[in-house]
Amino acid sequence: MLEDLLEKYPQQEDQLIEILLDYQSQKQHRYISEEEIARIAAHLGVSESKVYSVVTFYTFFSTEPRGQHIIQVCKDVPCYINGERTMRSVLEKLLGIRVGETTRDKRFTLEQTSCLGHCDGAPAMRIDDKTFTNLDENKIKAIISEYRGAK
Amino acid sequence: MLEKKLITARFDKINPLSIDDYVEHGGYEALSFALGMERVDIIEEVKKSQLRGRGGAAFPTHIKMMGVAKEEDEPRYVVCNADEGEPGNFKDRYLMENDPHQLIEGMIITAYAVRANKGFIYIRGEYDKPHSVLQWAIDEARKKGYLGKNILDSGFNFDIEIRSGAGSYVCGEEFALIESLEGKPGRTRVKPPFPTQEGLFQKPTMLSNVETFANLPHIVDMGGEKFAEIGTESSKGTKIISLSGNVKKPGIYEIPFGVPIRDVIEQLGEGTPADRKVKMVQLGGASGPIIPEYMTDLTIDFDRFENFDSKTGAGAVIVMDDRFDVFDILLRISEFFEHESCGKCTPCREGNLQLLKLVEKFVDRQSSEKDLANIESLARVMHQTSLCGLGQSAPTALLSTLQYFRNDFVDRIEHPESQ
Ligand SMILES: Cc1cc2nc3c(=O)[nH]c(=O)nc-3n(C[C@H](O)[C@H](O)[C@H](O)COP(=O)(O)O)c2cc1C
Ligand code: SF4
Ligand code: FES
Repeated sequence: MLEDLLEKYPQQEDQLIEILLDYQSQKQHRYISEEEIARIAAHLGVSESKVYSVVTFYTFFSTEPRGQHIIQVCKDVPCYINGERTMRSVLEKLLGIRVGETTRDKRFTLEQTSCLGHCDGAPAMRIDDKTFTNLDENKIKAIISEYRGAK
Repeated sequence: MLEKKLITARFDKINPLSIDDYVEHGGYEALSFALGMERVDIIEEVKKSQLRGRGGAAFPTHIKMMGVAKEEDEPRYVVCNADEGEPGNFKDRYLMENDPHQLIEGMIITAYAVRANKGFIYIRGEYDKPHSVLQWAIDEARKKGYLGKNILDSGFNFDIEIRSGAGSYVCGEEFALIESLEGKPGRTRVKPPFPTQEGLFQKPTMLSNVETFANLPHIVDMGGEKFAEIGTESSKGTKIISLSGNVKKPGIYEIPFGVPIRDVIEQLGEGTPADRKVKMVQLGGASGPIIPEYMTDLTIDFDRFENFDSKTGAGAVIVMDDRFDVFDILLRISEFFEHESCGKCTPCREGNLQLLKLVEKFVDRQSSEKDLANIESLARVMHQTSLCGLGQSAPTALLSTLQYFRNDFVDRIEHPESQ
């Protein structure tokens, strides 16, 4: 699967972030392993430590397995003053985990994020590549049960 | 009417996914006109318009254009900064989602003026929708001959590629962005040389904000002088304000420069939800100053932002009512900078960590006179010695509250038990 994806990209160093984003989004547990780092480095003809430094610099990437879905609650000021703390505790209760943890069934990881650029719809959160705004308790419950129902 | 719609004028009139709609509403006319102009004349119009960058630093756009145009090294690049990571800002998202061709047209005109044949839009990874809208628009523009080889039979070649960020605020800083575009961690370079001299892949690079490029077609269309009739002495044209926080109607509002902040809050935002008192307003974003309500009669103006010695006039206005405590707000801001610092230089890496600890002491009601003095001296050192704008402006919010809400600090130290 990684090899097929690598084929699509020119063998240029500046494609690294695009490759990592594309690959991680397709991986079930949304992380890039050490062995994959080595394969990507070999493909692009750069050192493993270079690829590793990029993977660890950007918050989107993880070197540890995470849940099938990544839930990120925005924590910056516009969201904070519009009820972010309540939203976070609703999610923690609903999922039975704290920020930074993954549910035991490996379905969800709960994280905090910097501003999502949707402050006019605060409080906001992101699940994988979708942003949800104007959250309240009921809305969060509906969203999570939808994700639980779907595979 | 407080609003003046220039670059948001088409928002409710066109389907952003339809290039025909855009063309019907005057789109790509400025481009076809510009392609018949001498390159220096385009830059001359931008000079007359007195357009200054909308990404925060308010640098005169024509100087940058001239800088790139006169470089001989090839290839030259045009890069659009669509990273928009400063908390409280979301206007670039609206510009990309609602009128993507306006940005593309602005980039093509700029590229023609500075003789660049390749462009990149660096868009933050969180912006999935604007990313796909833009990709669609770029593909359409290419099909219709506005991008690619021999644009509108002018002999000029230019194309645009979109690249994603991956969750890093500092990548909005110009050299961090360039490093990221090259596939590296987003850590800034020492200046000079400037991006106009040695930017992307060490080549001359014209890097500007989304809103800056969006103004280009209008400047060509109206002429620089006419454009400069909008706004104030120091700040020409319009500004899109991202209004958020405790207001009834948060959102984006395009105004001519010179409108008082209070009017934006009271008239456009319709005031606070429960008609509570406004306690603080943060301007520009997390790296901007926090001012008390009585100062909101200040007008929105580049010089105004410079008065606070903060370079972040990207146009965020974050309203906080009297339920909020200065320290809880400062805590969020300090956490943000501590997390987003790239770690390259010590004043920012260590300074933000120490500032966060000091702010936590105030939040926990464990603060002393000495902490207050430490905050002040640390903040000044960071401001003066950090390598890039992140570390330089990280203490701005703190310093402004020390100036305007000093009593809150003193009270907290002297009466830790009271509210
Ligand atoms: C930490 C930091 C973050 C920044 N983020 C952005 C951003 O998201 N978008 C932007 O246009 N400019 C941002 N800037 C400003 C850029 O460095 C640069 O000045 C700007 O993109 C130039 O475009 P302009 O001349 O059109 O304003 C940031 C600066 C710093 C120091
Ligand atoms: S000021 Fe901060 S973000 Fe900028 S280079 Fe130094 S450590 Fe990195
Ligand atoms: S602060 Fe939450 S989306 Fe901007």
